[in-house]
Amino acid sequence: MYTQGLDQKDKSPEKRDALETQEQLDAFQKRIDDEEKIEAKDWMPEAYRRTLVRQISQHAHSEIIGMQPEGNWLTRAPTLKRKAILLAKIQDEAGHGLYLYSAGETLGVSRDQMVADLLSGKAKYSSIFNYPALTWADIGAIGWLVDGAAIMNQIPLCRCSYGPYARAMVRICKEESFHQRQGFDILRVLCEGTAEQKAMAQDALDRWWWPSLMMFGPNDAESKHSAQSMAWKIKRFSNDELRQKFVDVTVQQAEFLGLKVPDDDLEFDEESGHYRFGEIDWQEFIEVIKGNGPCNKQRIAKRRKAHDDGEWVREAARAYADKQQAKAA
Amino acid sequence: MSKKEWPLYEVFIRSKSGLSHRHAGSIHAADDQMALDHARDTYTRRSEGVSIWVVRSSQIVASDPAETAAFFEPAEDKIYRHPTFYEIPDGVENL
Repeated sequence: MYTQGLDQKDKSPEKRDALETQEQLDAFQKRIDDEEKIEAKDWMPEAYRRTLVRQISQHAHSEIIGMQPEGNWLTRAPTLKRKAILLAKIQDEAGHGLYLYSAGETLGVSRDQMVADLLSGKAKYSSIFNYPALTWADIGAIGWLVDGAAIMNQIPLCRCSYGPYARAMVRICKEESFHQRQGFDILRVLCEGTAEQKAMAQDALDRWWWPSLMMFGPNDAESKHSAQSMAWKIKRFSNDELRQKFVDVTVQQAEFLGLKVPDDDLEFDEESGHYRFGEIDWQEFIEVIKGNGPCNKQRIAKRRKAHDDGEWVREAARAYADKQQAKAA
Repeated sequence: MSKKEWPLYEVFIRSKSGLSHRHAGSIHAADDQMALDHARDTYTRRSEGVSIWVVRSSQIVASDPAETAAFFEPAEDKIYRHPTFYEIPDGVENL
């Protein structure tokens, strides 16, 4: 999920770009246009490779950072069943991160390098994970809305032109549906409960609705690199198209729950068959991306600490492997 | 990131007996046993496999995509290898 197209500035295109001939570029585009998949060792323009490394690593980082808001609730899940489900979901997120790092590595960048870029703040992750999970209902809202938005984004990525990324996405999409349903299930139970429980569900929707819409990235008119990504068939639908799809399906689900979507401008447009919705607060989006969201600093600090605290384990495993090898030799 | 990274392994999974192992992706591990454990935890959380092979990525020998045309060329002009090359006269059955 979580491919907002952040951090899109290619400040210093590498010199290798200059060595690419028009003939090579045309032949590459023809393969794309013919719906051929591009595989790891195939020739590809450097800009295509860079775009993919950026998008895939950003996507992987989002899965990893995304474990934090939910992990926060593991020890406070209301029942053992909910705890076991949440644990399984979070483990899936770790798995998704690993599938994606694995896909990223096929492009010639090491996982260590990608992780280093996350920890140094050079690489971005989805804005959504910089919001706090304040109540148990937030865990429901994250599954329903955040994973729901992710599914909208990810299903077209299963047909992405880059084979290893598309294959990782097929695997992820299969698992994501469980995530969305468990979230909806949490909210449904709260909505059928006491007035306080229902109010808790409404409060979670109030706080997660707009940040979820922001997950699709800037409006099409503002999304500078979308056209190239579409031409390369990395992206199949525009940000606004996907956002609209998400609103259309999600509003009806909110109605089922008896919850009110926090948007006074929301109305169904009979003619187009779509919901019209209010303007997103793009200033908030920009601030969160810049690092000024409610939890940006906490998320990275926690990831750095986990990475540093795990260093002795990685080193011990390496030392053990070296010893075993020496013994065998 | 000065420390040496754990080696990369490619993971192949047999989804059920009767089928071949199929490439699933890759993982990092310090040694072979850890590679199997990580492959299991990463790629078979929903019973997707009954058997796993892992192999150091550096040990795989692969054909070169840039040479694909030349490499596979010997098979291109031997259309007589395919049964559809042969004409079957009317009246001949089960051939």
